[in-house]
Amino acid sequence: MRRNTRGRAVVGALCAGVLLTVAACGSDDGDEGSNEGGETTITWWHNSNNEPGKGYYEQVAKDFEAEHEGVNVEISAMAHEDMVDKLDAAFQSGDLPDIYMERGGGEGADHVEAGLVRDLTDDAADEIAKLGGSVAGWTVDDQTYALPFSVGVVGFWYNTDLFDKAGIDAPPTTMTELYDVIDKLKAADITPISVGAGDQWPAAHYWYYTALRSCSEDVLKEAVTSLDFGDACFVQAGEELAELIDTEPFNAGFLTTPAQEGATSASGLLATEKVAMELAGHWEPGVMQGLTDDGEGLGEKTGWFPFPAVEGGAGDPSAQLGGGDAWAVSQEAPDLAVDLVKYLLSDEVQIGFAENDMGLPTNPAASGSVSDPALAELLKVRDEAPFVQLYFDTAFGTSVGGAMNEAIALLFADKASPEDIVDATQQAADMEM
Amino acid sequence: MTPERGATAVAPVPSETVTRRESTSRRVTGPRPGTGWRQRLEIVVFVTPALALMATFVLWPVISAARMSFYSWRGFGPMDKFVGWRNYELVLGDDVFTGAVMHNFIIVFASLAVQLPLGLGIALLLNRKIRFRGLLRTIVFVPYVVAEVIAGVVWFQLLQPEYGVIDGLIKAVGLTPPEQGFLGTPDLTLATLFVVLTWKYLGMAVLLFMAGLQSVPDDLYEAAQIDGASWWQVQRRIAIPMLGPTIRTWMFLSMIGSLQLFDMVWVLTHGGPANATTTMATYLINQGTGRGNYGIAGAASVILFVIAFVMALVYQVFVLRRDTKEAR
Repeated sequence: MRRNTRGRAVVGALCAGVLLTVAACGSDDGDEGSNEGGETTITWWHNSNNEPGKGYYEQVAKDFEAEHEGVNVEISAMAHEDMVDKLDAAFQSGDLPDIYMERGGGEGADHVEAGLVRDLTDDAADEIAKLGGSVAGWTVDDQTYALPFSVGVVGFWYNTDLFDKAGIDAPPTTMTELYDVIDKLKAADITPISVGAGDQWPAAHYWYYTALRSCSEDVLKEAVTSLDFGDACFVQAGEELAELIDTEPFNAGFLTTPAQEGATSASGLLATEKVAMELAGHWEPGVMQGLTDDGEGLGEKTGWFPFPAVEGGAGDPSAQLGGGDAWAVSQEAPDLAVDLVKYLLSDEVQIGFAENDMGLPTNPAASGSVSDPALAELLKVRDEAPFVQLYFDTAFGTSVGGAMNEAIALLFADKASPEDIVDATQQAADMEM
Repeated sequence: MTPERGATAVAPVPSETVTRRESTSRRVTGPRPGTGWRQRLEIVVFVTPALALMATFVLWPVISAARMSFYSWRGFGPMDKFVGWRNYELVLGDDVFTGAVMHNFIIVFASLAVQLPLGLGIALLLNRKIRFRGLLRTIVFVPYVVAEVIAGVVWFQLLQPEYGVIDGLIKAVGLTPPEQGFLGTPDLTLATLFVVLTWKYLGMAVLLFMAGLQSVPDDLYEAAQIDGASWWQVQRRIAIPMLGPTIRTWMFLSMIGSLQLFDMVWVLTHGGPANATTTMATYLINQGTGRGNYGIAGAASVILFVIAFVMALVYQVFVLRRDTKEAR
């Protein structure tokens, strides 16, 4: 479950054909959710296109069909990038599948505003109550539009072997300790951190975290709704990050390093033991497995620690940055699609989801069922966090998020100041008003 | 022309003469009564599909992009937030876009300044009877045949800092490659990109020039040789001037290609680092599919269209007109 990739943009670009054929990009898949001869068809797009996830969802759909007579669930299991591109086109044409993955935040709010997503507040009240705070990212004006089934957090994945080699006893808990770790790694001739700044968002995660550690929860909540970044803590976040960048901890050529593609990507460098750590989400072990010949990734050497505390920051050091995927029902979908989504969030299906290590389940009943130790550890961190801040770019929407990410990437290239990040973000946000 | 009409009357060979004569007379006197509608029908039948395709895939997208540029639009939902010229003001006031225009023009002029003499030199050399000429021609032309994205991915790997082949070669001869790599150092990236583009497109220039050289009549060379001209004089006084129209056409293609530059940049750098290689096309894709600012992207695409159109027009009027006049 990758968050984003370069491939997505390339295909998106091809589809847009220098924007001149935007109108032609929409596909017409025929009538969805049609009711022919008493049979209801529910179309469902997801990105679990590998086993065991693919087979598991097929079984789930079969079970649902058995429970509901005359229902036919039509699944399209796609690679993540393909799904995102198809969804973009579907949003443009308004011809959406009945059930699809919604990332929430400002992007989701835009979909709600365009009248594409169904309000689930009343129909799925029980499920929403069960999920608790997790649904916050998919709530617009107190109405919930999608049910999150997996929410992960971002932190540092590291190579325990290389840490040992550099004589590091314990992962750092404060920025000062992180600087100490960086020094030790460099002294041992190990590149400390890889970052895929070429894709911008991996670099942006650093600023999101320094902001999360520098700003109080109230300031952040206020900023997400009002899009006002006047608080001094946002500049402080940039200053903290600039200090980190000044220690030169990153891999050579990090400004054009992609996030996840190939052995020379940020994930690839960690997987092939060329660097000691990388800031990434819960998808990282899976990505690394795909980048090594033995399919093991870092295997036994995989370690994880949360982003360190920023000394003097107003933010809670145990708050985490993260995001996830939620099932949304499109406006035109048959009512039974809502039932299927509710079923997907049921104890039974979420426990199976957890047992198959398909993500970090949101239904508390499934918390104990995650079998992968790394994921189980992350789940603990997530559930103990006072709150999980949705990735800022997702929270603010693509336009503001894109401007913010670009400015952060410029800071990494030493071409922007901490104030520039706030200014660029504010400028994009003002245009939304 | 309607050859089948005459063919039914007499044997095939004379029939051609009849038809030809017929068509000549038609040209002089204009359409005869009775055949005019038929000719018009023919025009309609043959031209309509092409026109319909043009209208659907060229004209309509251009119009809808222009329309989009006056709205604030996310890419879905109704397009109803009219903002007038705001998107144009934003684009023209955006340093990233003006930087992108700059990069496009740097590529335009660098291509002309570097690829023209280089391509011409190689074409003249390969036009001589030398050993392995066929092999050399192939080598020069191969990069042009390779798909742009594939070439980009290969170069991306070659240019990797530390682990890349090029850094390895530089280290092997005792020099120090740039610490962040050629693509990761903002001051070097545009130049690096240009080198890759030259590698990729030099083949097309050479191919065109060589084709042009083939059409120079041999008697001119022979005459010059009889007059005692050296090889160099022959090239300078005969081959290059005779290549004029080809060179001017290549310059035109190169110019338009440089203005629309997208693929190679996207694969190598995404327009980065720090917007060091942004072009107009990467800018509008970034704003459009990347950030969902379709109005701003529309405005940028209209500006790109206007710039390319004006340049093409000016070039047509002042440079290419000579060639089209000569052809007439």
